[in-house]
Amino acid sequence: MLEITIFSLLNGTVYGLLLFMLSSGLTLIFSMMGILNFAHASFYMLGAYFGYTISSHIGFWPGLIFAPLIVGVMGALLERYALRHVHKHGHVAELIFTFGLAFLLEELTQFFWGTDQQAYKGPSLLDFPLFTLFDANFPAYKAFMLLISIGIFLGLLLVLTRTRVGLIIQAAITHPNMVNMLGHNVPFVFMATFGVGTALAGLAGTIAGPVMGTYPGMAHDLGSIVFVVVVFGGLGSLAGALVASLMIGIIQTFAVGLNYSVSDFLVTIGVSFPADHFLHDIWTMTLPQVAPLIPYLMLILILIFRPMGLFGTRET
Amino acid sequence: MFKKRIIAGIFGLAAMSAGASDASAETIKLALIEGLSGPFAANGQAALREYEFAADYFINSKGGVNGGTKVEFLGLDNKTSPKESLIQLKNAIGQGARFVFQGNSSGVAHAIVDGVNKHNERNPDEKVLYINYAAVDPALTNDSCSFWHFRFDPNADQKMFAITEVIAKRADIKKIYLIGQDYSFGKAVAAAARLYLSQKRPDIEIVGDELHPIGKVKDFTPYVTKIKASGADAVITGNWGSDMVNLARASVDVGVTADFFTYYAAGTGITAAIGEAGKNRIRVVSEDHRNPPGSSAWIDYMKAFKAKYPENDLVYPRVATAIAMLANAMNAAKSTDPQKVAMALEGMEYTRLDGTKVKMRASDHQIQMPLNISVHTNEDITWDYDNSGYGTHVESTIPADKVELPTSCKMERPS
Amino acid sequence: MSTLTDLRRSMVAEARRRQRLTWLISAVVLVALPWIFSSSFSISIMTQIGIAIIFALSYNMLLGQGGMLSFGHAAYFGLGGFLAMHAMNYIADGAIPLPVPLLPLIGGVIGLFFGFIIGTFSTRRAGTVFAMISLGVAELIAALSLIFVGFFGGEEGVSSNRTKGPDFFGFNFGPDIQVYYVAAFWALIAAIAMFLFSRTPAGRMANAVRDNAERAEFIGYSQRNVRMISFCLSGFFAGLAGGMFAIAYEIVTEETLNMNQSGAVLLMAYIGGVGYFIGPIIGAIIMTLLRTVLSNFTELWMLYVGLLFIATVMFVPSGLTGLLMMHGPAWKRRSLKRLLAPYAAISIPSLAVIMGVGGLLELTHFAHTTSMDDRVMTLFSIPMNIDSLLPWAGLIALFIGGVLGVRRLRPMLLDAWADANGAGGGD
Repeated sequence: MLEITIFSLLNGTVYGLLLFMLSSGLTLIFSMMGILNFAHASFYMLGAYFGYTISSHIGFWPGLIFAPLIVGVMGALLERYALRHVHKHGHVAELIFTFGLAFLLEELTQFFWGTDQQAYKGPSLLDFPLFTLFDANFPAYKAFMLLISIGIFLGLLLVLTRTRVGLIIQAAITHPNMVNMLGHNVPFVFMATFGVGTALAGLAGTIAGPVMGTYPGMAHDLGSIVFVVVVFGGLGSLAGALVASLMIGIIQTFAVGLNYSVSDFLVTIGVSFPADHFLHDIWTMTLPQVAPLIPYLMLILILIFRPMGLFGTRET
Repeated sequence: MFKKRIIAGIFGLAAMSAGASDASAETIKLALIEGLSGPFAANGQAALREYEFAADYFINSKGGVNGGTKVEFLGLDNKTSPKESLIQLKNAIGQGARFVFQGNSSGVAHAIVDGVNKHNERNPDEKVLYINYAAVDPALTNDSCSFWHFRFDPNADQKMFAITEVIAKRADIKKIYLIGQDYSFGKAVAAAARLYLSQKRPDIEIVGDELHPIGKVKDFTPYVTKIKASGADAVITGNWGSDMVNLARASVDVGVTADFFTYYAAGTGITAAIGEAGKNRIRVVSEDHRNPPGSSAWIDYMKAFKAKYPENDLVYPRVATAIAMLANAMNAAKSTDPQKVAMALEGMEYTRLDGTKVKMRASDHQIQMPLNISVHTNEDITWDYDNSGYGTHVESTIPADKVELPTSCKMERPS
Repeated sequence: MSTLTDLRRSMVAEARRRQRLTWLISAVVLVALPWIFSSSFSISIMTQIGIAIIFALSYNMLLGQGGMLSFGHAAYFGLGGFLAMHAMNYIADGAIPLPVPLLPLIGGVIGLFFGFIIGTFSTRRAGTVFAMISLGVAELIAALSLIFVGFFGGEEGVSSNRTKGPDFFGFNFGPDIQVYYVAAFWALIAAIAMFLFSRTPAGRMANAVRDNAERAEFIGYSQRNVRMISFCLSGFFAGLAGGMFAIAYEIVTEETLNMNQSGAVLLMAYIGGVGYFIGPIIGAIIMTLLRTVLSNFTELWMLYVGLLFIATVMFVPSGLTGLLMMHGPAWKRRSLKRLLAPYAAISIPSLAVIMGVGGLLELTHFAHTTSMDDRVMTLFSIPMNIDSLLPWAGLIALFIGGVLGVRRLRPMLLDAWADANGAGGGD
């Protein structure tokens, strides 16, 4: 049990921080521009695919640098030449646009790379178990993921609180019109934020691709989870995104580790049902089985009871 | 190939009513209904490629069946959806195809069996035969069996029977962990494993029986940690696609040393992605027999395929068997009438290209062929996947009579 | 005074008369269609279109009329379908004496029921909150459908036989043509009902709440109740479509309620045009044809659908119907013919752009997938060898030339447009 607890905590943190890398960009974009970018996870996917292609030609490390840069530039161009154009038609049109973009990017990925999972591998330098605890290994690559994520978090924190750019961004989050009136080039700030946000997603994809698989459905699989994180933590709140990312990461990992079912609970209170009962599927539902559903349940509950999210200050 | 006709009539409504015509052509039309676009397109495309190749190899290059009639494959895209499959079934019938091929997804297979049964009952003068080459749900040749359905792939129970034959001989395996995707196939695999293990090795302890949501798990480490903690000597799984690759790779990261017995841990896009991680630890049950190939006729076939498609692997070796047997049945029946061909297929025996004898059992239309347990390796591999050097090598063979299981099928034959 | 009222009255009567005439013509067309497109494939496509029309119209009650962007509308469609399927099994067993053509009503009631439950908490707000809740609910229901095998039948789904119902005027609904008429009947009835709803005070208030919820509250309408009514009715018609699906395919699986289905209905409504009643109908027809016909010609059809969708959102946010309706003023001014020549002129380079892009995509795809001895692809009835440079260069030239041509002709088209609409073009 202790073994599972420790490993669940470690893996949950790795997964949670990865989610944070995605959701920090998304929440920055949202709080500044009011766009809930449905295609955000698609940039994560592009990061993984570019990382794979570069790594198979030059090596993993150049991929780690160039793939996020390419993704970031693509994101910035997209903001400049497409999203700004759609912005005129309102938020619903923007949401629908990014929804369509996610669809199109998945198709394009299949067109260029095919539908199979790619053999994207981490660097051989990190291909060893960092430590062994209770006979189970903790791979060095995961520690590396952890380091990068923490580095990104600290970097963001520093930039936002200690630099002039950070001040403008923070101001633009809360008072976009005021910042515009003070003479800052808000459209440029928007484009840059979008570029940085998508680059972060690309970086997340580049480092997660070798572990979580590089395949066309990867954006779809993670997309709604990232949404959950951002809405749950509170739109526009980086701290909220961090807490929610870690929460979802750890809860999901723990839920897999614990083998409890509804019937176990019912048995402890003295209720049991025959196996041929027509609600049999409900009684035998186990915690690992429903683990991936927990985020959606969290999303619905928070939207009903606290639509501004855990740390949010304004309504969605 | 069909896609050459592109744009020919996209906006022309002609395309809609064109269906009914030109059924009288000289060639026999065979319809492959598979996901040719979307996430499972790679499998559907591979099947289309191999059916076209096999049709040329066994029929068209040899002057056709019944003294000169050639065959032609229509590739129809069902987007791996049961509903779209029924629409494409109508499309195929409208275009004059009386033989329908499908394999990927048992859900689709059930829909097609159901659709074909109803069609044949409601339209007795244009009967249709369904050739299933990969959907392995045992029910299709048991409780839901149909005269109009023939399966050229051993079913999931037979495969589990073969796996447990091997496990039964391995005294070092004392603890087994079952993990699978949370849907009918994953559950059927786990149930069959429990059944046969309790018969053959009651001393084996099942230390875990887990279902995870299909295609939703991003990181298998938590599952693998449980496997590690359970101390299992072997893992049995029916996982396919990225769920299989990620399970295998996570288990190496965590240091799981158990042997994996799988249904689908080999193939294009899987073997290469698993790579070194699975060497000598991952085993696959299938009829596949390319390493070692066994006979020169089989080598010739694979070489001819590779010459035509250097970038692609042979994914479904049984396609060759299905087409060859169908051609023999048409010749034997001296007809291409689906009902007469079906009658000829019942109980038909055939010697596969590699020299192995197979038989189409009449009582349930389930092919009976030997099953191999192959191991994932890069040693002694002539025919690899994705040009990666990795492939599967046959370790043990369970003869056909051993994996012949009883059936609950009560076949209703047309009078 | 009285003459003004009379005028108003006569105008209303005239509008009513024209609506009745439209519905009558639609009915005649629906009856006649199977005689024109008589193959079994086209009849099954038309049945599919009928179902899609009901579903897309029900979706537009949310997005177009109520301003509620839903990412999970398939939940009501699918649940309605599953319940109708179970009901069909009871009918086949003789447990319910209900004629098969009335099954969609059962689906509708189920859609209404779930719409009511989910609406109680999701309609409090519109906008992003509503969209997110719909997404969460849809993901939950889709995931649960794979866990609750007893009810949803797992991967195989639930199937039944539509011919085992009680006698219904001598029809047994085995032949597809009979099913087509059932679908056409329900599509027409549902369309009329939804149209009439949009003309009721509740329907008008849905528009008002969409445009300005606060103002609607000021004049005494609870925005939540207004949304709730639209939401429940939308669930009803989605369930009705699901019930019709059950009759048409005799099998309902998880695919009816998953996210792809929810995305598909959004695409249909949006490409057709959410601002017009007829928009989703046009969208349903076009998208169904693309899906069933185009997919038989090219494996890249989804990519083209994606491109079409993005182009619609970016350049014609009012959808294809909006594009048509833009010509209304010119039509009334009888100046539409002034646009003919510029349209004909610009259609040539536009076609070149489309052919260039499509050709390059198809050729690339062919090069990826073809065999060693099959290097020639016949595109636009021209054989093209992928190993030679010429086809590639030609297609690229076609594309670039098309783009240049469109840019060149654009000012002329804008002038003609202004001219036809009486804005005094030319300067």
